[in-house]
Amino acid sequence: MSTNSENKKTYYENIIKQGYSRRDFMKFTTYMAAFMGLESTMAGQIAQSLEKTPRMPVIWEHYQECTCCSESFIRSDHPIVADIILDKISLDYTLTLMAASGHQAEAAKQETMKKYHGEYILCVEGSVPMGDDGNYCCIAGKTAKEALLEAAEGAKAIIAWGSCATNGCVQAAKPNPTGATPIHKIIKNKPIIRVPGCPPIGEVMAGVIVHVVAFGRLPELDRLGRPKAFYAKRVHDSCYRRPYFDAGLFAETFDDQNAKDGYCLYKVGCKGPMTYNSCGTIKWNNGVSYPIQSGHGCIGCSEDGFWDHGPFYERMTKVPGIETEKTADDIGKVAAGVLAGGIAAHAIAANVSKRKELMQRINRGKSNEQNIDS
Amino acid sequence: METKNFKRVLVWELPVRIFHWVNVLTIIALTITGFIIANPPAILSNMEATDLHTFGIVRFIHFSSAYIFFFNMLMRIYWAFVGNQFASWRAFWPFSKKMWNNVWHVLKIDILLMNEEKEDLSNISIGHNSVAAFSYIALFMLALIQVFTGFALYADMSAWGLPKLFYWVIPLFGSEFMVRTIHHITMWGFILFSMAHIYLVFYHDWLEGRGEVSSMFGGYKFVRRKRIKTKRKIEKEGKIIIVEEELDE
Repeated sequence: MSTNSENKKTYYENIIKQGYSRRDFMKFTTYMAAFMGLESTMAGQIAQSLEKTPRMPVIWEHYQECTCCSESFIRSDHPIVADIILDKISLDYTLTLMAASGHQAEAAKQETMKKYHGEYILCVEGSVPMGDDGNYCCIAGKTAKEALLEAAEGAKAIIAWGSCATNGCVQAAKPNPTGATPIHKIIKNKPIIRVPGCPPIGEVMAGVIVHVVAFGRLPELDRLGRPKAFYAKRVHDSCYRRPYFDAGLFAETFDDQNAKDGYCLYKVGCKGPMTYNSCGTIKWNNGVSYPIQSGHGCIGCSEDGFWDHGPFYERMTKVPGIETEKTADDIGKVAAGVLAGGIAAHAIAANVSKRKELMQRINRGKSNEQNIDS
Repeated sequence: METKNFKRVLVWELPVRIFHWVNVLTIIALTITGFIIANPPAILSNMEATDLHTFGIVRFIHFSSAYIFFFNMLMRIYWAFVGNQFASWRAFWPFSKKMWNNVWHVLKIDILLMNEEKEDLSNISIGHNSVAAFSYIALFMLALIQVFTGFALYADMSAWGLPKLFYWVIPLFGSEFMVRTIHHITMWGFILFSMAHIYLVFYHDWLEGRGEVSSMFGGYKFVRRKRIKTKRKIEKEGKIIIVEEELDE
């Protein structure tokens, strides 16, 4: 929990107070510039900005979610991110990490919303259940919907963390019993940064926050509202197994020799070719690995409705609206077979029905043949 | 028994025929490579991945065929405005009474295989019959779906602006999963269309004997002499006048 006196300090002051050296701080800004895909000279600008900018108030809401976004964030590979941005300085309200609880916590949130009206950043983790008047998720006597509308009202911008807040994730999968709804479908009048992933990569989350803090504006977003710096490429396009894909060398099952040789996981259901994320470049756990590197295909966790698009371990085209796992190819083959049968029947019937006409023409043709003169 | 008299009529102009066969080749190439991309065959090779580019070649064929298919389609749209009456967009315009009357005729005679008591030559289409015209409108819609979904999926791999024009399709459906599924399902539409189309061409050639099959090679169809007006010059009172007359069989 922050206090009012801390609020006036800059990020840099807080970082130093936390026990980090200037050297650590400079390393941190360089990391961040690199993650954001900025020029190396921009590291200085980030450093300068963090030295001068007083902390930005942040309210971090948790609704229908598993907190894996927060977990990912506090494990991002440079501790400053967690320590400074999340643990100590920025957060005025977050269910998971704040020291206060109960009425005290709610009071702090109310105070921030009033005092920094129009200035604070609202981070949302989790989807909002809209079914049954939103009663599936209540915090401090309010439904998630009420809490979101209240917090969003005075927010400068909203960051939707993770697939829950951006797409609804697993709780929005069919039949979506609670009516789980992503943030952008509820709040229409605020800028929303969507940071999908289950969870998003910690460094991506840090990069988004540092961008907002350091440059005072939102990062460049794509058409789906995702920061371009992190979601402009398919996992497939930055995958180290891509040469096997281009060569046509695929693992057929998870235990065959091809899988052991590290071939492409396309045929065992890898969703990398349809998934926009930075897993192939930034990776996970301090850049150690990512799912495909560990031998498991991408499940497409940062894509809209990834639970409902067929099995994770097969590359198949599921027909929308059909509940059984019927593929487009199955239906196509049946349709082609029925059509071929129909054509054969029609061809026979045509010759029977029009036999008179046909025979006349054949006879006329034959008589002409008899009378060929030259 | 006398054979019926026919006259040779240029129905399909050269650009129409070129369009047709380029369309055939690209659709075949796109369908085969599309199936391979959707479910690649298992190949065994001792070569290093760096020395192999099989799947890359399959994808290259798919993408380059797609471009040819697209520009070919644009050419045909252009020709619908400058070509002859059988190539014109008017031949596909579904809102005329004539078109609907012909639909009934085709449904009765060619689909339900009923026999006419008395032949009415004006019912026999010279270019597309109305049902066929509808099927080409449907095919054009399928082609548009493929163009929009295909280029949308391709946009991020391309440095060119053209595919990027279609990128908005992905946000429209939320993710590439759905767009790819639509692309895949629509391909089956082409396969089913081709089966029916080829059968009906053979059907008309066999039952009408007007050169339906060969018309897409040479461009000519055979039309009953009765239906073609002939102009004749006659001298009347010292003047030459042109008289149109219908010929008998």
